[in-house]
Amino acid sequence: MTTTTTIVTRGDRTVRRSSKRVEPIYYLFLLPTLVLFTLAITVPAVMGIFFSFTDSIGIGTWSFNGLTNYIAAFSDPAILQSYLFTFGFSIATVVVVNVLAFLLAVGLVSRIRFKTGLRAIFVIPMVISGIIIAYVFNFLFSNSIPALGSATGIPWLSTSILANPDLAWVGIVIVTAWQAIPGTLLIYIAGLLSIPGEVYEAASIDGAGRFQQLTRITVPLVAGYFVINIVLGFKGFLNAYDIIKGLTDGGPGTATRSVAMTIIAGFNGGDYAYQMANATIFFIVAILISLLQLSVTRGRNAL
Amino acid sequence: MSTQTLLTTKALTTSGRKPRIRMERVNWSGTIILILCTVTVLIPLYVTISMAFKTSKQAVDGNAFSLPAPFSLDGFAQAWDLTKFPVGAGVSLLVTAGTVFLTVVLAAFASYAIVRNWDHRLFRYSFFYLLAAMFIPFPVVALPQIQLTGLTHLDNPFGVILLATMFQLSFSVLLFTAFLRSIPLELEESARIDGASTWQTFWRIIFPLLGPMSATVGIFAFLYAWNDFMMPSLIISDPALQTLPVRQNLFQNQFSSNYNVAFASYLMAMAPAIVAYLFTQRWVMEGVTQGAVKG
Repeated sequence: MTTTTTIVTRGDRTVRRSSKRVEPIYYLFLLPTLVLFTLAITVPAVMGIFFSFTDSIGIGTWSFNGLTNYIAAFSDPAILQSYLFTFGFSIATVVVVNVLAFLLAVGLVSRIRFKTGLRAIFVIPMVISGIIIAYVFNFLFSNSIPALGSATGIPWLSTSILANPDLAWVGIVIVTAWQAIPGTLLIYIAGLLSIPGEVYEAASIDGAGRFQQLTRITVPLVAGYFVINIVLGFKGFLNAYDIIKGLTDGGPGTATRSVAMTIIAGFNGGDYAYQMANATIFFIVAILISLLQLSVTRGRNAL
Repeated sequence: MSTQTLLTTKALTTSGRKPRIRMERVNWSGTIILILCTVTVLIPLYVTISMAFKTSKQAVDGNAFSLPAPFSLDGFAQAWDLTKFPVGAGVSLLVTAGTVFLTVVLAAFASYAIVRNWDHRLFRYSFFYLLAAMFIPFPVVALPQIQLTGLTHLDNPFGVILLATMFQLSFSVLLFTAFLRSIPLELEESARIDGASTWQTFWRIIFPLLGPMSATVGIFAFLYAWNDFMMPSLIISDPALQTLPVRQNLFQNQFSSNYNVAFASYLMAMAPAIVAYLFTQRWVMEGVTQGAVKG
């Protein structure tokens, strides 16, 4: 709300000042960025969409083939499976990350000791490279945990979950969550600290217990932060690549292949135009989700 | 230190009125539960460190949780040579420094021009144009970008700097413009009355004021550029010029049973970011919170 008002007043003010022409130096400030941006993002995006209607293999001659790539993509089990996996994995990870991060945040803002130290530790995963921590977990999942399983005689622990097509996704969710929790956690902490303490005092005077305070006060008051975290998280997880690469490389078989991995694999397989059609579909999905995000957050701001 | 001040002052304002109650009610059960939870964060780190200091003989026994005995630096020496660590670290530093610098400078200049000329169509539309990139994930444009960087001989760390900067741009412009709108115009007007040019006004007055936002933008760019695997692995065509994270795939293909060497290498690749984080905790936490809430 406040931002909108400032923009409006500022707009009025600048209108008066700048019916004059723009000082040339401002073009110098903006144009290099616009040119670089166009060359680096817009041109490739347009190129990709263009070639998705052709039979190009990335080099050499090509000809238009209309919607052939799109029709093929919609009935390609490999592509459908990658979407199914990517969405399923993203939803599972969003749930795990938000539940754990919220609980940790509630703990971290309560009257605990060693607050700074604990918070510092919980944030560490955020600064570690996804591919490297995936390699570390890969070792734990495929060597250490099975070794532990056979030593203690627990059969389901003694084989690597990453080698099991039905369970490999669990490993990916664990590692992705491990890395994504800190960022989410910090946003929840900011949300929790924005709740005035008086609200809780009033509630406890009225006889609300700790659990009631959590469900009746805390959760409703940080609802906006839930929305931010869920949307940002979901958008990020849809692009999953690094961690999957380090854990399973899409395997076993193609059980954990994300959309991003399918698209990239097209470059080596000579499916350039075909995967550009896939990328265009993915792009449209990303836009739809962003529009959903805008409408949801806009709705929030209006409240 | 100051992070604590930031958060505890909040805690104090709510509970400071009744110091007695606050002293009595330290949430010990919560403290203990949270300390137990840190195990999930610390175990992978502990395993990395302890494996890195083992001899290759001890490392293959499969027990990740044992302490190194004897303590050995062989893993580091071998990892240093195998991954050509100095070159990899140099490339990673170049890519990270380049991306951070370029992102902060380009985004700050562009945002200033946009905010001060908001009523001119070119500038207003540029804002939405730059912002639109938030809708484009890297995988969508990756294939044409690989092609184009190859054609223009940018299939090297400089190409990664350029692309990484462009992907950071929309978010950074969003943060900078939001901040710039909150700076009162009077501040600049008085400088202009004193005869300062637009360049001087920006460079001497506005850019220093943008400091905290530049830190936020820089931290995001740093974390992205230092840790990313996908973009450098696809764009940089010469393996000798790869960044540190990409070099680690050496241990997935060859040398895959030299666990101590692999983990020493992982540790050397992640340590700089962790150390940098430990020294700049306050900035990182504030920056991420601010960035995420605004973005």
